[in-house]
Amino acid sequence: MISRRERAAWGFVAPSLIAIAVFFVVPVVSSMLLSLTDFDIYALADLRNMRFVGLQNYERLLTNPLFWGAMKNTVWFSVLGVPLSIIASLAAAVILNARTIKWRPVWRVMFFAPYVTTLVATAVLWNYLLHTRYGVINWALTSVGLPAVDWLGNPNTSIPAILIFVVWKIFGYNMLIFLAVLQTVPDDLYEAARIDGAGPWARFTNVTLPAIAPTLLLVSIISVAGFFQLFAEPYVMTQGGPAQSTVTVLYFMYEEGFKWWNLGSASAVAFILFLCIFAVTMVQLAVSRRLGGEHT
Amino acid sequence: MIDRRAALGLAAGAGASLAGCGRHDGITRLSFWAMGNEATNVPQILPAFEDANPGIKVEVQAVPWTGAHQKLLTAYAGASLPDVSQIGNTWVAELAAIGALSPTPGFAQDLLTDQFPAVLETNEIAGRAVATPWYVDTRLIYLRTDLLARAGFDAMPGTWAEWKRAMHAVKRVAGDGNFAILLPVNEFEQLLTFGLQGDQPLLRDRDTRGNFSSEPFQAALAFYKSLFDERLAPLASAAQISNVWNEFAKGYFSFYFSGPWTIGDMKSRLPEAIQPHWTTAGVPGPTGPGASAPGGSSLAVFRSSPHQEAAWKLVRYLSDPAVQARFNVITGDLPARPSAWAAPKVASDPYVTAFNGQLARAKAVPKVPEWERIVTEMQIVAERMVRGEFTVQQAGAEIDRRADRLLEKRRWMIEQGRAA
Repeated sequence: MISRRERAAWGFVAPSLIAIAVFFVVPVVSSMLLSLTDFDIYALADLRNMRFVGLQNYERLLTNPLFWGAMKNTVWFSVLGVPLSIIASLAAAVILNARTIKWRPVWRVMFFAPYVTTLVATAVLWNYLLHTRYGVINWALTSVGLPAVDWLGNPNTSIPAILIFVVWKIFGYNMLIFLAVLQTVPDDLYEAARIDGAGPWARFTNVTLPAIAPTLLLVSIISVAGFFQLFAEPYVMTQGGPAQSTVTVLYFMYEEGFKWWNLGSASAVAFILFLCIFAVTMVQLAVSRRLGGEHT
Repeated sequence: MIDRRAALGLAAGAGASLAGCGRHDGITRLSFWAMGNEATNVPQILPAFEDANPGIKVEVQAVPWTGAHQKLLTAYAGASLPDVSQIGNTWVAELAAIGALSPTPGFAQDLLTDQFPAVLETNEIAGRAVATPWYVDTRLIYLRTDLLARAGFDAMPGTWAEWKRAMHAVKRVAGDGNFAILLPVNEFEQLLTFGLQGDQPLLRDRDTRGNFSSEPFQAALAFYKSLFDERLAPLASAAQISNVWNEFAKGYFSFYFSGPWTIGDMKSRLPEAIQPHWTTAGVPGPTGPGASAPGGSSLAVFRSSPHQEAAWKLVRYLSDPAVQARFNVITGDLPARPSAWAAPKVASDPYVTAFNGQLARAKAVPKVPEWERIVTEMQIVAERMVRGEFTVQQAGAEIDRRADRLLEKRRWMIEQGRAA
């Protein structure tokens, strides 16, 4: 028998629990079930054409070179993108947090603006900036004597080109998180460090970094999850090309699901992606626990 | 079990009739999805239709080509298909497999006369037309006549052997570092065209298994491979050739596979000096003029449309040879009806006439929903073959293996009696 208090508590959390069940648990479970079937264009016409195929979707994915190519691209995006975006946002936050900076709100708005701007609009704009012949980036390169780069047309530069855009687009959000936590670091710590003779770099590594370590971990986890789910940027800017060099796992899943209409196999991709993100997050947590248990 | 889609359709219908309450003006509103260039230009020819049929209003909705295929399938799943739509020729099998298309009714059978046979066949599933060809295209050869003449050939050769001789000669004339033909290794159309020349179908056993180890297809694979082995074609994907027009003008290659949409590009992008020195010609085959795959768009009336009669009226209007000839002048699209080709504006274009002959020799590709995936796999294997990973025989067997895997579901469906 549950007490009145407990019943009231359940009553209060029920709306969110129901929402989570309907919009999260049900879709997750059904997509897991879907990944064990061969739901395809035939099944779309008539559900009786759907068969239960066990782990066949997974088996086929693991032998599909395009899937592994997508995996490799996604790993490249994350390995390059996560540190880059964190460095960019941390640098911006540290600079904005410095006492000497004037018009702080203006800078804050300017750095944050890309994050709240529509992705497609900014992606189209960057397509112009990165244009081989008319783009301002190549104009700048050639005017200092460097060769022009076929940013989005060359399989070797397409990932860096998209990364530049993505980092520019998202660093403002993490910057705000860092800025918030930087403002909680007590000034007397910096003062004490300065009296002990610590320079700006020593103050940064010995005071700032330990103080924001938990936030750094949080931001890195969010960023990894974000970069693993990269989709819209390659979709708008390159359609996965050139030579499939910007097909990410999510893009691959989208093509499986909505281009070829193999929803079973697309669900399997989603599940593998989930496992990957989960595994990477676990590793991150383990590493951070080993590096400094007192902070987490 | 209640048919889920019927229930959805019922609900949607109820919603529509409620929404339609305020519009009891006796006018049938047809929704018509069109893509790309056609969507931009079709409103120009519709007023004449609406004048002739005062009870019908056509609402054109432009759908971008890149999203059109997915949008149609999603609209089917969500029971919100339009009444009529332009569809890519290669989607017919898929849309028919899900039962979305309304077969050509008895009163519109005349739409199926005066058509290119292979194009019409592309629109027929199990012997019934389920879509009506609107405009057609096919691929043939664009060539540099000046380089060919300097190499000692005054016309495009008609057979593979002659053509290869011409390619060697052209390559010598074009000079160091240049090739004879462009076959981007990531595009399946060229190899598919070679493969169509044989007398055997590309799929066998009621289109449930690959037939890529057949003798004619092996010959096509061997011919394709030899063009790379003999350094007549650069081993490059389309992305590596950043500007096809520049390279064509420079003589990097003298033969180029493409469709009618390239005529305009050639006219506007090639330098003035090259303009008199290019033309179009039919595809050579092993022993004489060869076939190629018919492409283009069809008009589809959807089974879910409550306005079947009005919808077919619109299809009939758009298929009228005079209207098609006019549409050709506006868009450059090649008319689906051969009689429209006699219109002076169409007949007077020298680059277009080669397409007429090529379309007459076109050959329909297998009509299974899996086809696009099969040719994609075919090309992946072919690229690895020209890079030396497979011999011709191994490549044929490997394509068969991949095709058979893709067609597994179809075999099961046929065993169950659920697919045609």
